[in-house]
Amino acid sequence: MRDVAIIATAQTRHVRADTIHSEVELIQPVIAEVIERSGVDRHDFDFTCSGSSDYLAGQPFSFVMTLDAVGAWPPISESHVEMDGAWALYEAWVKIQTGHADTALVYSYGKSSPGDLPRVLSRMMDPYYEAPLWPTSIDVAALQARAAIDAGLTSEQAMADIAYRSRTSAANNPFAQLTSSADPATLLGEDYIADPLRKHDCAPITDGGVAIVLAADDKARALHDRPAWIRGIDHRADGHHLNMRDLSVSPSAAIAAQKAGVANGPIEIAELHANFTHQEAILRAALGLGDDVEVNPSGGPLAANPMMAAGLLRIVEVANRIHSGDVSRGVAHATGGHALQHNLVAVLEGEG
Amino acid sequence: MSEPAPIDLPAGLWSQPELDTSAVAELADVESVQSLRAAATLYYDYTPGIATTLFLRALKEKRLTGEVCAESGKVYIPPRGVSPTSGLVTTELVELAHVGTMVGYCIVNLDFTGNAQEIPYVSALILLDGADIPIYGLVREIPYDEVRVGMRLEPVWVEDSELTTSFENIKWWKPTGEPDTSLSDIADYI
Repeated sequence: MRDVAIIATAQTRHVRADTIHSEVELIQPVIAEVIERSGVDRHDFDFTCSGSSDYLAGQPFSFVMTLDAVGAWPPISESHVEMDGAWALYEAWVKIQTGHADTALVYSYGKSSPGDLPRVLSRMMDPYYEAPLWPTSIDVAALQARAAIDAGLTSEQAMADIAYRSRTSAANNPFAQLTSSADPATLLGEDYIADPLRKHDCAPITDGGVAIVLAADDKARALHDRPAWIRGIDHRADGHHLNMRDLSVSPSAAIAAQKAGVANGPIEIAELHANFTHQEAILRAALGLGDDVEVNPSGGPLAANPMMAAGLLRIVEVANRIHSGDVSRGVAHATGGHALQHNLVAVLEGEG
Repeated sequence: MSEPAPIDLPAGLWSQPELDTSAVAELADVESVQSLRAAATLYYDYTPGIATTLFLRALKEKRLTGEVCAESGKVYIPPRGVSPTSGLVTTELVELAHVGTMVGYCIVNLDFTGNAQEIPYVSALILLDGADIPIYGLVREIPYDEVRVGMRLEPVWVEDSELTTSFENIKWWKPTGEPDTSLSDIADYI
């Protein structure tokens, strides 16, 4: 295996609705910034990969227009996933492993605000039995939250504590959308929006984007004093139909964590793509994280949730803390689909 | 290992095996479901962005604007705020002529538009003078079998009182009657 590292990152200031910029205007400054930080000439990237979704934009082939921000001339080697950017990173990592690239530019973005997001997300479901019922992403998450509570994994109190902790942690994150919270007792006095979920249990609707640069071996060492090495990365999916799963556990995340080697050393921080408070307990269990592991110091998706970017942002937040020397080993998790259906786990390390 | 029994498929591209409902008596006389129609409608608020907003506002004033790539000097229309070849932010806005050259066309014989257009009609790529990328338009006021690459065209606008922030301000394009542009002059755009 080749050693592959994240050597530069950039992200937008995440907002509830960017009604000024088009998608390309939103992501271009982020791509320009990450290229500048990487020290790689924009003509020298061996591979470019992006993640986004036409369902958010309400426009077919919307990603083609944002390619303008890359400057794809002379022609470049490029790919796109209709998935979170964490999977664009995975494709770039595979491309580098095959020896076809030494450097890669990865970006993803989502304007979640143009449509009715919880209903847009219902289109991910099975088209015959589930999608015609138009269950929102929050309805499905509530089924999972109830299963998690019934299994004794979490409680409404613990969920409110997580909401409070995440959004107050985000006060230190200059890019976050939500940076404060009422105290847990006040949160628990609010009405349910889908029993047992209250508004504070849900990630916000967010517009934003993120970009990273990957480099291999000595190239990474030349481009950064302290590269964030991807020591393990794996992704697995559970079944599509909700009734085929025990929603209180995440076997796919557990397998991905085992394959990525999460347990091969101490974990100092974890950035988890938990869009709902109850999912943190499910993921802690699946990844085997002890109570001493700090989760989502950035605030996580509960503080900023740009669809298609929020998973790659988890990897970026861990990488940033390794770049700065704050931590030496951390784990990042990204998810796709409803109720943690598809999960990616990456272990990042710094040297020395 | 024994081979599985072959499935007896009826003829036809989308054929399916006959549904066996013998285990459920109530289904004996029920017609099997062949398809499911699940209507879905989603509504979006579209944000055109700064560059496209400026372009559409210029259109309302009957002006055609493009943006210049800071690296190559090429002029792009409609503007996106970013040069598609360099990825750099475009800062210079230029006004383009209301005349151009047809660099490609299609004679449409299928009714895509639900009778909005009488077929056949001509859909064309028009390279405005001063631009480096063509825009789409309909070509009329010439028999469809006389259209040709290199032909000079000008827009036919709606009445000034009907101008809006829309590309539909241009109803169609018509021949100017000027001599054709030589193909070698537009070789890069065909």
